[in-house]
Amino acid sequence: MKIIVCIKQVPATNEVRLDPVTNTIIREGIESITNPFDTYAIEEAIRLKKKLGWQTAAVSMGIPAVKEILRDSMALGIDEAYLLSDRGFAGADTLATAYALAGGIQKIGGGQLIICGKMATDGDTAQVGPMLAEMLSIPHVTDVAEIIRIDEKEMVCRKLTDDGYQEIKLHLPALITVNKEINVPGLPSMQGILDTYDAPVTTYTVSDLDVAPELLGLAGSPTQVVRTFIPNLAIDNEWLTGTVNQQTDALLSRLSEHNIIEKEG
Amino acid sequence: MASIKVLTDVCTGCETCVSACPFGAIALNDDGVAEIGDTCTLCGSCVEACPFEAIELTKDEEKTVDLSMWHGIWVFCEIANGTLRGVGPELLGQARKLADELHTDVTALILGDEGIKDFAPELIARGADKVLAAVNPGLQQLNDIAYTGVICELVQKYHPEIILLGATGFGRSMAPRVAARLRTGLTADCTILAADTENHLLQQTRPAFGGNLMATIICPKHRPQMATVRPKVFAPLAADESRKGEIIVENVQLPKDILVETLKSSTVAGEDVNIADADIIVAVGKGIGSAKNIALAEQLADLLGGAVAVTRPLVDLGWYGYAHQVGQTGKTVAPRLYIACGISGAIQHLAGIAAETVVAVNNDPDAPIFAHAHYAINSDCVDFLQTMVETIKEKGYKAV
Repeated sequence: MKIIVCIKQVPATNEVRLDPVTNTIIREGIESITNPFDTYAIEEAIRLKKKLGWQTAAVSMGIPAVKEILRDSMALGIDEAYLLSDRGFAGADTLATAYALAGGIQKIGGGQLIICGKMATDGDTAQVGPMLAEMLSIPHVTDVAEIIRIDEKEMVCRKLTDDGYQEIKLHLPALITVNKEINVPGLPSMQGILDTYDAPVTTYTVSDLDVAPELLGLAGSPTQVVRTFIPNLAIDNEWLTGTVNQQTDALLSRLSEHNIIEKEG
Repeated sequence: MASIKVLTDVCTGCETCVSACPFGAIALNDDGVAEIGDTCTLCGSCVEACPFEAIELTKDEEKTVDLSMWHGIWVFCEIANGTLRGVGPELLGQARKLADELHTDVTALILGDEGIKDFAPELIARGADKVLAAVNPGLQQLNDIAYTGVICELVQKYHPEIILLGATGFGRSMAPRVAARLRTGLTADCTILAADTENHLLQQTRPAFGGNLMATIICPKHRPQMATVRPKVFAPLAADESRKGEIIVENVQLPKDILVETLKSSTVAGEDVNIADADIIVAVGKGIGSAKNIALAEQLADLLGGAVAVTRPLVDLGWYGYAHQVGQTGKTVAPRLYIACGISGAIQHLAGIAAETVVAVNNDPDAPIFAHAHYAINSDCVDFLQTMVETIKEKGYKAV
């Protein structure tokens, strides 16, 4: 039995700074980290490994430097790491990304449970997890806050919904995406860091996988970005001054003018 | 396969492309010409930026679907526990505008038991030309696999060119499965939807990097073009009872293996108000001082018929539930009014706010939140909340 965690490298900050002269994005000096939601996925896999004795693997797609975050996951206790890295994977939208990950997961023999973070902080789409489940023809649950029970055949988990929580039972193999309620990620031990400093990360290129190259990367992406721009977030603001009573009165009258509130009767 | 290359004899080493690359993939090599590294995503920004046309991007000719057989805009209108979620009618209003520009029609797609047909008049009044009701008792409960199976079969029968879905918890879980099965494009959380009448395409604009960058996305060669939209981004049309529409009922079969089952649903105390649906939000941050002071925000929210939201630190301290967290690692909200009390305005929190009117209350006049507020109140937020509650009770204000 194997648990596979899908992880993504993202910029450590979302602050987009513009070069005032060239009007382009400044990327220098921004370090890369494991997508914060994926750290909960890694932690959950390690906890399940201790409880159930299943094997764990981490899979990512990206440039060779992504090996670093894969080794970080091994320092925490993940057994094996795999990187899909090839120019043929580049420029992928969510569909082509899910397709590549599905190819990678099939290559390593599939997993009984696939765990993803609920979304990545750079793209914010939350789409790759459910798309990957569909491509692997397995059920999925998003926004999981707790695994209530799990065995080799099925699991019950608690998921956050718009209105509260739901308990969902699903047959394994299955995929879940986890939110930050599920656990508190641990830190790697010094021994873990030393042991995995040079740990092997298996790298696969397009030709290693049983996939159709035309469905990968930019060519395999139905969606195309045609324009990016920095939104104008500046707004005219009015300072309401005086005592707190005066400020409150001024605010209530502004909100009445905007037809947001009204006097009863 | 797609490829990109620098024409080394044309490149002057001017470095325009180096700063134009959003991914930091370009540097000058030892010969003083641009070299494109592994972080390149083939986005083409450098091709446009190069003053000397020294960069060539070759995109593959793809196999395309026959676009002429795809017509009409579908809006998936989610019915949860017998209630029509508000985002459905909101999207019908926007679909109406797009359909008029693209000279096509709008279909409201609903799934559920027999009872869902009762929603048809409202959906027509809100802008639908047709209501397509997929009926099976097994669809009463929202289920990713059952809904995916049914919707994909209907798509293959009717060939809609566009499908819009609300980015509710269920919509965000089900729509990617549908897109993956149909092998088409899906754009998440669009905030602007426009019609490109010349090319007959849907232009989908969405925030990325926590709202710091906007991207316009198209799906030129695959159908249907699919997009999700958060609740409250668009306003519904006023209900027009005189509108006429057609109701199509499909008695559908469920997929054989559902594999997922909802055992029970619960609304947690204090979490019966979904902050993503609230018109008025009273939000509190660490400036509130103590967990018990949040009761003041609850009182104000109650008086205004709104909901309480919190920042991440309050959830981390265990002062309030995660379901109420606004921001990058919580929910995105788009209320008419957002009152930020004792919130400094971290970029991760601001990423979750798409409100019409923002009021900021903070005792630090330099708090970043003020730059994002329509009304700025430099005051202690506990005093402010107490005064608001008293004044509203005294003068009898309520939400419109």
